Amino acid sequence: MLTLTNRKKVVSDKPMTFMEKIYLPAIVGGMVITFKHLMRRGNTVKYPEQLRPFAPVYRGMHVLKRDEQGRENCTACGLCAVACPAEAITMIAAERKKSEMHLYREEKYAAVYEINMLRCIFCGLCEEACPKEAIFLTDRIVPTEFARGEFIYGKDQLVEPLDNRIDITKRQNSGRRTK
Amino acid sequence: MIKVTIDDIEIEVEPGTTILNAARKVGGEIVPPAMCYYSKLPGTGGKCRTCLVEVTSGSAANPTPMPKLVPSCSTNCMDGMVVKNSTSERVFENRGGIVEFLLINHPLDCPVCDQAGECHLQDLAYEHGAQKTRYEEERRTFEPIEIGENIKLHMNRCILCYRCVQVANQLTEDRVHGVLYRGEHAEISTYIENALDTDFIGNVIDVCPVGALTDRTARFKSRVWFLKPMEAECSCSKCAGKAVLWMFGDEIYRVTTRKDHYDEVETIDDKTAWICDECRFEKKDKSQWNIIGPREVDRHSVISQGKYETKIGNQPKKIE
Repeated sequence: MLTLTNRKKVVSDKPMTFMEKIYLPAIVGGMVITFKHLMRRGNTVKYPEQLRPFAPVYRGMHVLKRDEQGRENCTACGLCAVACPAEAITMIAAERKKSEMHLYREEKYAAVYEINMLRCIFCGLCEEACPKEAIFLTDRIVPTEFARGEFIYGKDQLVEPLDNRIDITKRQNSGRRTK
Repeated sequence: MIKVTIDDIEIEVEPGTTILNAARKVGGEIVPPAMCYYSKLPGTGGKCRTCLVEVTSGSAANPTPMPKLVPSCSTNCMDGMVVKNSTSERVFENRGGIVEFLLINHPLDCPVCDQAGECHLQDLAYEHGAQKTRYEEERRTFEPIEIGENIKLHMNRCILCYRCVQVANQLTEDRVHGVLYRGEHAEISTYIENALDTDFIGNVIDVCPVGALTDRTARFKSRVWFLKPMEAECSCSKCAGKAVLWMFGDEIYRVTTRKDHYDEVETIDDKTAWICDECRFEKKDKSQWNIIGPREVDRHSVISQGKYETKIGNQPKKIE
């Protein structure tokens, strides 16, 4: 029957010629390619001594921001968790006490905030969903670990330290569509 | 029986029916939204003005149009009346204005508020509200107060619908809260920090269209869309015991009444199924309830985003 496409390859099992049987020309041909690549510059870099430049819009490890007065922005509204397509974010909210006014910006705060970095696909939808400018993706890389449990990042790893603020302006100011 | 036409749909209603209730008989898009009117509480309505509709023909006897928009919750139908709601540009524009008025003092703290996700003001603002406020003056602010063990009052969020006052008047023996001061200064309060403590006062939380009155036992526990609403019943000497449990796994986070899609308490066996405070605030254990099954949630509601099983007891095995 006539085929509708011509992608079919006809296999033949004709016997090899003498030149093919000694394999030498094929080996030489292969070695030529190998040595050609040996002389070329490699495609990889020697990480971590050598770093590649990041795109300004690179989406890496998250940060939970604080405001100018050092209070946490997150109010545990749960919108990031709803937006997250990988279901990586969980949180437990708590009510701010009078004595904690300097720690949290609003009445409600996240007592527990966890991102499972193994689930996270770094899409940045949490950042998009956040109404309080609390969660941002940065150009930091999530380091490797030996145990799976280590990848569940709690507030101790996510909230920016007071004495070591994390700059998010590079990603926020570039590549954005103007409204 | 008299004939009314609402948005080109003709229906027959009994004399004395309000336009809003006539529209609710038809259902769907033609029903005007209502923030203060509550059909289960006589005496409510006429305060928020969100249900304004256009009457293009007063009645068969006098077909002149009404000059101003009328509140449909407190205007009775007349024979041959022609009403426009969703088909009227004027109504839509006016409703946007009303929403703007309601939002003048209302804080934009939906990320904090427990009502978010089932809040009617949120829905209205989404449909009609402008993205920016034009109000430049300072908003009036109050400190949240605790009225009793179980109820928290955020006066900032109140839109003065008076529903809670009617609940206290009609469901409980004595009312200790009400509206203090007048006009712009009006606020819901108890006189000299009194606790609300009667058997049915918890229902004020359910009738509140915004997050002004919230359940302290469920406060900030979870957002509504992470919980699974389950229909349940229990034997209770004070109330019918028919409620909705808002569950997270096996835990009961919140107990509310069963509400219909106008956000009003359902009528079960010819009675409005208010629940008592004991059922609402104290029965937080699964063994105290007979769980019937998942509550039907509107597909478009944010609450339906939580995927839940069709049958209880048929849950997938947890992988340890």
